[in-house]
Amino acid sequence: MNVQISPDKLKAKDYATDQEVRWCPGCGDYAIVRAMQNTMAELQAPREKTVFISGIGCAARFPYYMATYGFHTIHGRAAAIATGTKLANPDLDVWVISGDGDALSIGGNHLFHVLRRNINLQFILFNNEIYGLTKGQYSPTSQIGTRTPSTPLGSVDHPASAVEFALGCGAQFVARGIDSRQKHLPEVFKRARAHQGASFVEVFQNCIVYNDGVFDDFTEKSVAIDQQIVCEHNKPLMFGQENNKGLRIIPGQMALEVVTVGQNGVTKDDIAIHDETNKIMAHLLADMKSPAFPTAIGVLYCNQKSTYETAIHEQLKSEIKNKPEADLNALLRQGSTWTVD
Amino acid sequence: MEGATTLSVDKPVRIELEDVVVRFAGDSGDGVQITGGQFTLTTALAGNDLTTFPDFPAEIRAPAGTTFGVSAFQIHFGSREIRTAGDAPDVLVAFNPAALKVSIGDLDKGGLIIADIGAFTKRNLKKAGYDTNPIANDDLGDHRVIAIDITKATLEAVKEHGLSQKEAVRCKNMWTLGLVYWLYDRDRQPTIDWLNQKFKNRQDISRSNVAALNAGHAYGETMEISGERSAYTVSEADIPPGLYRTVTGIEALSWGLVAASQKTGLRMVYAGYPITPASAILHTLSQLKHFNVITFQAEDEIAAVCAALGGSYAGALGVTASSGPGIALKTEAIGLAVSVELPLIVLNVQRAGPSTGLPTKTEQSDLYQAVFGRNADSPLAVIAARSPGDCFNTAIEAARIATKYMTPVMLLADGYMANASEPWLIPDINSIEDMKVEFHSETQAFHPFQRNDDTLARSWAIPGTPGLEHRIGGIEKSYTSGDISYEPENHQIMTDIRKQKIDNIASDIPLQDIEMGEENGHMAVVGWGSTYGPINRSVQRARSNGKKVSHVHLRHIWPLPSNLKSLLNGFDKILVPEMNTGQLVTLIRSQYLIPAIGLNKISGQPFKVSEITSAIQKHLES
Repeated sequence: MNVQISPDKLKAKDYATDQEVRWCPGCGDYAIVRAMQNTMAELQAPREKTVFISGIGCAARFPYYMATYGFHTIHGRAAAIATGTKLANPDLDVWVISGDGDALSIGGNHLFHVLRRNINLQFILFNNEIYGLTKGQYSPTSQIGTRTPSTPLGSVDHPASAVEFALGCGAQFVARGIDSRQKHLPEVFKRARAHQGASFVEVFQNCIVYNDGVFDDFTEKSVAIDQQIVCEHNKPLMFGQENNKGLRIIPGQMALEVVTVGQNGVTKDDIAIHDETNKIMAHLLADMKSPAFPTAIGVLYCNQKSTYETAIHEQLKSEIKNKPEADLNALLRQGSTWTVD
Repeated sequence: MEGATTLSVDKPVRIELEDVVVRFAGDSGDGVQITGGQFTLTTALAGNDLTTFPDFPAEIRAPAGTTFGVSAFQIHFGSREIRTAGDAPDVLVAFNPAALKVSIGDLDKGGLIIADIGAFTKRNLKKAGYDTNPIANDDLGDHRVIAIDITKATLEAVKEHGLSQKEAVRCKNMWTLGLVYWLYDRDRQPTIDWLNQKFKNRQDISRSNVAALNAGHAYGETMEISGERSAYTVSEADIPPGLYRTVTGIEALSWGLVAASQKTGLRMVYAGYPITPASAILHTLSQLKHFNVITFQAEDEIAAVCAALGGSYAGALGVTASSGPGIALKTEAIGLAVSVELPLIVLNVQRAGPSTGLPTKTEQSDLYQAVFGRNADSPLAVIAARSPGDCFNTAIEAARIATKYMTPVMLLADGYMANASEPWLIPDINSIEDMKVEFHSETQAFHPFQRNDDTLARSWAIPGTPGLEHRIGGIEKSYTSGDISYEPENHQIMTDIRKQKIDNIASDIPLQDIEMGEENGHMAVVGWGSTYGPINRSVQRARSNGKKVSHVHLRHIWPLPSNLKSLLNGFDKILVPEMNTGQLVTLIRSQYLIPAIGLNKISGQPFKVSEITSAIQKHLES
């Protein structure tokens, strides 16, 4: 089943299985699995300790293509299953693979709680703003007016922002990537894995069949450089062809504006410096929409809090230490007992 | 009172009784359950056999004085084997008019009522729906009444200890307990010790309660001296020797799971979501972390079962519990466990339904749900506990089947046995058979759905094991490689294998035995779960009347024991009493094509012995 292990260093292909990939030709998922295999190789991640857990949907087939442990579960519940797996064995490196319907619709509750509890795992949400596997219905991230078999006149409900949701849930690591950015995406994955706690990553993923080009506003080659901003900690939030555009905090307001250095008296010092630990900043960056703003990618927010399973196992250890006489026979004989002769 | 005989003994003169049923009833805030608990303990220490039935409202603090807010605790104790909480109380302790109103109809003719007339105020009488005071007007027919202003007597007894009025009134349950202790010649010391321990930081409260207990007892002695009343005694029962304690179903389930965790060598991951009456398992296990038990209060029922399954996936003993509505939510994940063939224990503490139903009342109406309640052909093992103490062994059996056959196991308990307590011969953990789990580690020719030739269980290889990296999921797997397979023939094979694997369990469980009676006769009364007590007692009565009736009680609901059909064929009639509209009886009829007859009760209350007894008689005559 698994491709033969090479004796020394593991290569990206050593993280691939021999299973026939069943995504549509041209699907963005191919790029993401490739980025993940590259990430694994760069990290030399031990395959036996790595677990991919998914729900249902196109993205959820992902574990079958990774030569690690994998569990393809039920719709929306991967986060809950991964929680149990991490509780049972905190040493495992667990990645949850999900989609916009899986994570934000049927599994919204579990996503909320896995982020709130801060389980030490990576939650990767492939957002293509559509239900692919069920043949093209609109999803909770679809823009208003999306015409699909279930919304022939156009959808009317307001879409959710995956990263805003994650921030609101109390996620301590929130990042974004794009399927086609093969150099950037592994960097985001590596940061997510390095973070202790629940790391949430939204990946913009093109569905070539049901929602082709939905992210063209900021991913299409001719506009990408002017419509994407890569957020890096402690660095000015600059972007654009000439790298002279930037984000400025509007004086007296809690809002961002796009400015050009050298125009209207704007200097480099006016440009906001990205601070990953600033949640307000993260919200402002998450909220930016093309074409008025560039779409923010990279690590929007990163902070440190205790993780759930560590705290649980510390309680466990301290109880085992404080009550070394854990003898079930003694427990059953505690309290009032009597002897019948 | 059944089998009452009068004996002449040394002073004080007490009438010897074979068995007695006492019911305490009052407001949720009257301390009825605590009073019952103390009476249970003292009675157990006196060497009687006993069964209890706590019956309380769904509301946490239902409006005081209302009939729907009545909390009751019934105990049946005796010098013989006691199987049920008793059909009709011999003594009713009514802390208010509502308690009297709710219980009076159940009382035996000539039964004794002890009423706190201090609580029989105009307002309380009205709330209970009485136009006039039934005690003052002597409206209670054939019942004997001891009417005392218990509130006043309690305040008098505790006044020197300086409690507030509110705290002082709360001692009235101990005053009443003291009186009932006198009535049945019970030792006060265990309760005094308990009070001193419980209120060790509030000595004024412990002293007041002890004073109230003693004052109630003294009141009884005074009555006796004046010759107005009779007192009783109940001798020790003839029960198997050994060390005993009282145990509730919740405790026994929890401890059984810990024992199973130790015997399998697996860390337990217990995940639950609050639901009556299953929550108490989560509470109990949360206090046992030093036994390497991980407890997890999940965000919902679905997350709870998923976390348990995720735990099993990582090599733990995954356990979840709920009641019917919660089990319904878990169904899809249980189907996944069937498909990926991972061990999983699902406890269902059944309650009256459908939907929210009667959350604090008992029923056994989830048998269909357990056996059939999933999409597609998704068989699993179903077992049922019969009594509080039996929950311990049943939990261990669930773990044995789940790990040996790599399957979810549904364990059916119910609200009655969960909360009821009974004396329990404490088992020796060392004498429980080892069932250590060995994870797969051989990397040669491995695939995740390779099977043991005998059990058909797949190999359990857990994440973290080098060289065994593999993927599993809910999509159909190839029988020969474990990879995804959409092949029609393969789906047939895998469906057959999953069914065969569960069917095979029938040859790995004890043959069905007869609980009481011969292997053939005029009638077999077949039961499962907590109907054990009333069925057993009814069959005993029928047999003492010379009827050829036997009692068969199932632990294994699915698969059924392999000899059950031939066993049942030895009887002219099969009667199946159930607290549902006829679920086991349908299962038996469909499996064996025999004309079993149902006896059904769906009132949220356990069967009375008299109800089953008359059904036996009716069907024997028809």
